[in-house]
Amino acid sequence: MTERSHSGLRPSRIAIHAVLILAALVYLIPLFIMLITSFKTPMDIRTGNLMALPSEWTTLGWSKAWSEACTGVQCDGIRGYFWNSFKMTVPAVLISTLLGAFNGYVLSKWKFRGSDLFFGMLLFGCFVPFQVVLLPMAATLGKLGLANTTSGLVLVHVVYGVAFTTLFFRNYYVAIPDALVKAARLDGAGFFTIFFRILLPMSTPIFMVSLIWQFTQIWNDFLFGVVFASGDSQPITVALNNLVNTSTGVKEYNVDMAAAMIAALPTLVVYIVAGKYFIRGLTAGSIKG
Amino acid sequence: MSSIKRTLSAFALSASLLPAAVQAGEVEVLHWWTAGGEARAAAALKDMMEAQGHTWKDFAVAGGGGEAAMTVLKTRAVSGNPPAAAQIKGLDIREWAKLGFLTNLDDVAEANHWDQLIPPVIADVMKYEGHYVAVPINVHRVNWIWANPDVLKQAGVELPRTLDEFYAAADKLKAAGYIPLAHGGQPWQDATVFEAVALAVMGPEDYARAFVEHDMAVINSPLMETVFAEFAKVMSYVDPNAAGRDWNSATAMVIRGEAAMQIMGDWAKGEFTAAGLTPGKDYICAPAPGTDGEFTFNVDSFAMFRLNDEDNSQAQKDLARTILEPEFQTVFNQAKGSIPVRTDMDMSGFDACAQASMETFKRSAQDGGLVPSFAHGLATTSYVQGQIFDVVTNFVNSDNKDPARATDQLAAAIQAAL
Amino acid sequence: MEHIQHTPARVAKAPTRLLDGLQRWLPKLVVAPTFVLVGIGIYAFMIWTGVLSFTSSSFLPVYDFVGFDQYAKLMDNDRWLTASVNLGIFGGLFILCCLVIGVVLAIFLDQKIRQEGALRTIYLYPMALSMIVTGTVWKWILNPSLGLEKLMHDWGWSSFSFDWLVNSDMAIYTIVIAAVWQASGFVMALFLAGLRGVDSAIIRAARVDGASLPRIYWSIILPSLRPVFFSAVMVLAHIAIKSFDLVMAMTAGGPGYSTDLPAVFMYTHSFTRGQMGLGSASAMLMLGAILALLVPYLYSELRGKRHD
Repeated sequence: MTERSHSGLRPSRIAIHAVLILAALVYLIPLFIMLITSFKTPMDIRTGNLMALPSEWTTLGWSKAWSEACTGVQCDGIRGYFWNSFKMTVPAVLISTLLGAFNGYVLSKWKFRGSDLFFGMLLFGCFVPFQVVLLPMAATLGKLGLANTTSGLVLVHVVYGVAFTTLFFRNYYVAIPDALVKAARLDGAGFFTIFFRILLPMSTPIFMVSLIWQFTQIWNDFLFGVVFASGDSQPITVALNNLVNTSTGVKEYNVDMAAAMIAALPTLVVYIVAGKYFIRGLTAGSIKG
Repeated sequence: MSSIKRTLSAFALSASLLPAAVQAGEVEVLHWWTAGGEARAAAALKDMMEAQGHTWKDFAVAGGGGEAAMTVLKTRAVSGNPPAAAQIKGLDIREWAKLGFLTNLDDVAEANHWDQLIPPVIADVMKYEGHYVAVPINVHRVNWIWANPDVLKQAGVELPRTLDEFYAAADKLKAAGYIPLAHGGQPWQDATVFEAVALAVMGPEDYARAFVEHDMAVINSPLMETVFAEFAKVMSYVDPNAAGRDWNSATAMVIRGEAAMQIMGDWAKGEFTAAGLTPGKDYICAPAPGTDGEFTFNVDSFAMFRLNDEDNSQAQKDLARTILEPEFQTVFNQAKGSIPVRTDMDMSGFDACAQASMETFKRSAQDGGLVPSFAHGLATTSYVQGQIFDVVTNFVNSDNKDPARATDQLAAAIQAAL
Repeated sequence: MEHIQHTPARVAKAPTRLLDGLQRWLPKLVVAPTFVLVGIGIYAFMIWTGVLSFTSSSFLPVYDFVGFDQYAKLMDNDRWLTASVNLGIFGGLFILCCLVIGVVLAIFLDQKIRQEGALRTIYLYPMALSMIVTGTVWKWILNPSLGLEKLMHDWGWSSFSFDWLVNSDMAIYTIVIAAVWQASGFVMALFLAGLRGVDSAIIRAARVDGASLPRIYWSIILPSLRPVFFSAVMVLAHIAIKSFDLVMAMTAGGPGYSTDLPAVFMYTHSFTRGQMGLGSASAMLMLGAILALLVPYLYSELRGKRHD
């Protein structure tokens, strides 16, 4: 795979570039449509072309989505919900990632009788459709006194996120030679010492993967947010739903699209800024799957 | 808008004089009115509650005509933390009451003479074992047809009054290049049209026997096959891109003159009003073809949940009382397109469509033309309703529309749900 | 079994036996919270759902047992049949397309492409969007009277027709398109990462032997990426089963119920239609199917790894 080996394959390199660029365009089209639509006037949207640039650029859609659109009896836009989302996402992401790191450490370096079975059960847990657990979860939260509180919502996200974070960390730590841990044990290092002194310092890439994945999943979640948050601490996805999913009034696609962009902004930024760590983390983790 | 504001401030003044407004409580209200006239109407209620010193905790969940809200409500109830009031409709009220979740509103009802104000058919829906557990907000008439008079004129047709007239007019409209019937291909919209056709073909008596009493002799009959056959014919005048379209987008097609007519409940009026149009002049409202003098009703209501907090219970009762005050009935129903649930109201402030609706409502209640809408959950349980939806929507979307087969499927589906 | 307890360390250092005892329990203590959370949050709730599937629960759970009635009803239900077939079509096509597109893009990107970083970000960003947003945008693009078809007509290609979204036989494929758009970039990232881990000496050696590049990829590199396939299939299957939001946003199961998926069926019956027993039965069948497909796969993959 050296540069030299391709020097004689000019046409194939052109073809590769063509495919890659074409694919990039296809991936970008929906974003492009969302963006230009959010800057159009409603009249423009109705009469104009889907792919055409706005005949007159306006940020009306954005300002309305941010601070004026109705999401209930109050019409203050979706700005207030932004903070709600952060309040539940940050603790849920941190807790589930930490738990996942410890689990992954145990399941790769401190196996015990039944630990593989436990891991298998965790994996199977990834496939339970969330709709199934709504009612029993609601009853459980009610018993714990956590019904419709932010802590309750955080707990729910931790429960259903920990399987994936464990999977990430286990696969990452499996690739780290056992000899390293054994040597440390011979030196008398204990369970936590080995974790904090040896494994943690080399875990940055997989922490990035886990944080990015969990942040995206939890930020974008609608079902748990709508069911387990109380009226005044609903996350932004619920506000977006209330704004977009109305069945009366003229549909203001520019406002809908602007609101969708605003709601997606934090995750988009995370992917664009931290995307390279994502690949790096996956690379480090995938040496041995 | 300004008239709403004026009424509101007048009401706020009168409310402040009421002795009831001493204890301040909080009402959490679950609803799915998040846009347009509906949101304004809900905001009016909020202002009235706040004028009485109470706090309104808004709990809005939009989507699927309340489907999302119902999911949320169930989980809230199971976790022991239900809201004070929730928008629940029709026979579902009884289900909630049967499970012991709802509170008894008899004292408010008696003090405010609800039994005299509300027509018995509707009061029955609000009661469980003879006790009030919910408050009706409005009455929607579902069997309306809306038309753009310019389009009709261009094609040289009159507004159809019977199904046969409808077909004749639709053929001409089609020939003139218009979409005869604006429609959105969602199960509840399919059912709304099906219901209007069924009422036209069967008449109110057999309609009630089929969709309220579930009499198999009527459900599995040649008459039902005729209903399906006529329904297929009506649906053949819908454009091919209707699937998944929202009802208000279909209304917009009528407003813009792309389509001529739409069969839809009176909430469609809100769209015409929002576009600045006047009934009778810019758009026409008329009974759906073949259902003149008959009235398919759909009632929005708030069911009141059992609460532990004394102050909040008081706020809840004030909410129940306020909903049936003439002031709120006027403000709300003018914004939403429906008619007041109280039959003693002065209708002079309402538009021509609402006045006609009220008149038919009162008359049909006397002569038996008043039937509940199954498409909107007033006639059957949500299970039976869902089973009918499946058959109807499947029929609409199948290539080979066989009325006999659909009738068999309908009978089997309803049978399975009983 | 490669238990760490069997290492010589334990025998050699007698004084630390007490500490060792603690060390032996520590790992279990550390995973205990997860064990409890998952035990309740997944397995206990699943058993509860299983119990409900044998009751006549309608509006909310009740415990009067009716045997296999709900399962019998389910088998008679046309809509359930449609939903199951759809999951097969959707899941199969979705996983296949994502793997093919992901692998191809990853291999191409691995050819020392300038601007790799930018392209990677472009392929990956759809994963950052929620399925509700994806569904809303694609619904719009694929709608014949608003999107692509209208666009082509506006551009003068008046015979162009793309009405899959409103055609009940084809609508399920539009869901596949949107889902592949969203997830294939992520698969690309997984494989790109895997390719970066492959020792380039192997490729050089094979080239010296005269093997063509496509051949090397097909018969040497891809087989060595088996663990990546495993991770990718896990993630994709997870997304396929959870595509509820996407279907709701794009078609809400329509036209008719032609794009119904088991998760939508289960949700509709449990919550909207007050048929909790039937909904639970459908959930159990769904879980059973996943179990039947997944467990052998999980088992063979995890077992295989131990012999490495």
